[in-house]
Amino acid sequence: MKTKTIYKPTSGLTERDLTYCPGCTHGIIHKLAGEVMAERNLIEEAIGVASVGCSVMSYEFFNCDMQQAAHGRAPAVATGIKRVKPEHTVFTYQGDGDLASIGLAEIVHAAHRGENITVIFVNNAIYGMTGGQMAPTTLIDQKTSTSPLGRKKEGAGEPLRMCELLATVPGATYLERVSVHDPKHIRKAKKALEKAFDVQTKKQGFSMIEFISTCPVNWGINPNDSLQWAVDNLIPYYPLGVYKDGTKDDQS
Amino acid sequence: MAKVLMKGNEAMALAAIKGGCDAFFGYPITPQNEVPEYLSYHMEKNDRIFVQAESEVAAINMVYGAAGSGARVLTSSSSPGIALKQEGISYLAGSELPAVIINVMRGGPGLGGIQPSQGDYNQITRGGGNGDYQLLAYAPETLQETVNIVKRSFSLADYYRNPVIIAVDGLIGQMMEPVDLDQKIEEKKSPAKDWAATGEAAKRGKRNKIVSLHLDPYQLEKHNLKLKAKYDEMKENEQQYELINMDHDPSIVFVAYGSMARIARSAIEALKKEGIEVGMIRPICVHPFPEKAFETLPKSVTTLLTLEMSLGQMLQDVQIVNQGRYTLDFFGRAGGVVPESEEIVEKVKTIMKGAAK
Ligand SMILES: Cc1ncc(C[n+]2csc(CCOP(=O)(O)OP(=O)(O)O)c2C)c(N)n1
Ligand code: SF4
Repeated sequence: MKTKTIYKPTSGLTERDLTYCPGCTHGIIHKLAGEVMAERNLIEEAIGVASVGCSVMSYEFFNCDMQQAAHGRAPAVATGIKRVKPEHTVFTYQGDGDLASIGLAEIVHAAHRGENITVIFVNNAIYGMTGGQMAPTTLIDQKTSTSPLGRKKEGAGEPLRMCELLATVPGATYLERVSVHDPKHIRKAKKALEKAFDVQTKKQGFSMIEFISTCPVNWGINPNDSLQWAVDNLIPYYPLGVYKDGTKDDQS
Repeated sequence: MAKVLMKGNEAMALAAIKGGCDAFFGYPITPQNEVPEYLSYHMEKNDRIFVQAESEVAAINMVYGAAGSGARVLTSSSSPGIALKQEGISYLAGSELPAVIINVMRGGPGLGGIQPSQGDYNQITRGGGNGDYQLLAYAPETLQETVNIVKRSFSLADYYRNPVIIAVDGLIGQMMEPVDLDQKIEEKKSPAKDWAATGEAAKRGKRNKIVSLHLDPYQLEKHNLKLKAKYDEMKENEQQYELINMDHDPSIVFVAYGSMARIARSAIEALKKEGIEVGMIRPICVHPFPEKAFETLPKSVTTLLTLEMSLGQMLQDVQIVNQGRYTLDFFGRAGGVVPESEEIVEKVKTIMKGAAK
């Protein structure tokens, strides 16, 4: 009997078991990024930058050369790499604490310089790795281990929206926010990643895809309900869509 | 090439280009601004990379990225900027990446001042980054020596897969002196960078990972021991110093580096005219500290007088090495005050009076 392959692991990822908690959407995002780079034959020549957060071990998962960066510094590290290896695909994989808090200067200035890199930004509205502390992206009234009574606007401010913020930076080329809570959105998220890597391949400049992601463990919500919680709470505050497409100017 | 008259900072920048520097990342700060200014033009002219980063933190992390890809990389800054680079320096050391860091020292702490100082001795020899790591640290005296060290440092960094820091005080950075940028230097053999994350995993048949994370304590200890073996090799092979006026049976010997050693030379000459012979140990490599220099002093020596443009930082290294052998004394000025050689002459005479009593 002939067998037909209907599913196989992507060559964009290694065979290492992922270290993420059950139900965490970091895994889906890895898969999408690995697939896109493999399908476009980028994984053979890519250099990835792992950040500090639950994805710190991503240097074991992406099937390419990898460099592990200090907390928040991945866009600066990627800048150093891309400047000396301009013909190679360079990407970072960063959480919201990493990118929107400690690494805010590095991400804004990488975009500002128009670095030709792709940033995969995973926004789960919390610090996952350190046990669920408040992030700049934590929602108002959301309870975390350092906002046990819920985040208050007074003193903690309102959550930062990174796509919207970076859309004001002239150097940024492509910014899109996506979600991976159901198959339809996963397909859409993959298209966004394809676009982002194509922007880089065409040397069109800085691209970032923000993923609305879950952290069932630190949210204290089971994996299924976490997906729904993201739909009900995160997406209304962080609307999905394209925030900037500087490539349109080039399409005549 | 014949000697040319150049400002210290610009000469260091040109020396870096001649030393094969592929990329520079930095952020403006006085008194080192001529380094990035010179490189912003000349790196581009030489088809190399120059980036003005948004901060010293970003600059050192760009260095980390470019070094991880196998490039020869330089950053330069001054004291408060070097303080900000410590995180990246620790990552470079932990991931065993070669890089060259220039510190044109100014007075501190805090914003301090912008006049020449040696107040960063502990910062460059001990470092402020986390973890069990060491740097190769140089503190040259003349522009010619500085230029030769900058050129050679890229091969040293490659050889040891370790950051090299070169600290000059603002005097050396700002002064004009004739230098020969093509003086022959003995380069360290640079092994092939087969570890670099160059984006050729498929071609190589193996992924390269630049990482300083080792979650298993036994694995991390193994890594620490591997680094330690490297530091021991540096200690054995890289101690560099000059002994001055030792064949005239001095009883007092200065220990001084950088611009302070220059001033001390004038004091030695002045004292000689008065019939007083004083020697000098001049550390060139300040870490590993040149312990070997202290083993070869003439029998006539009774006192080591440490001289610094800081208030007793190198003195601690001298104390460690001395182990009670000689009487120790100290003279230092701080805050950007550059001492006159007469002050040192006076200090010597005071010591001699005390000894005669
Ligand atoms: C300089 C520094 N500060 C703090 C930490 C501790 N730390 C590790 S991960 C992390 C937060 C990561 O959160 P996020 O970026 O949102 O990623 P997630 O774990 O949620 O995927 C922090 C604060 C560190 N490693 N380094
Ligand atoms: S702590 Fe949260 S973000 Fe981290 S792996 Fe677990 S579920 Fe995912």
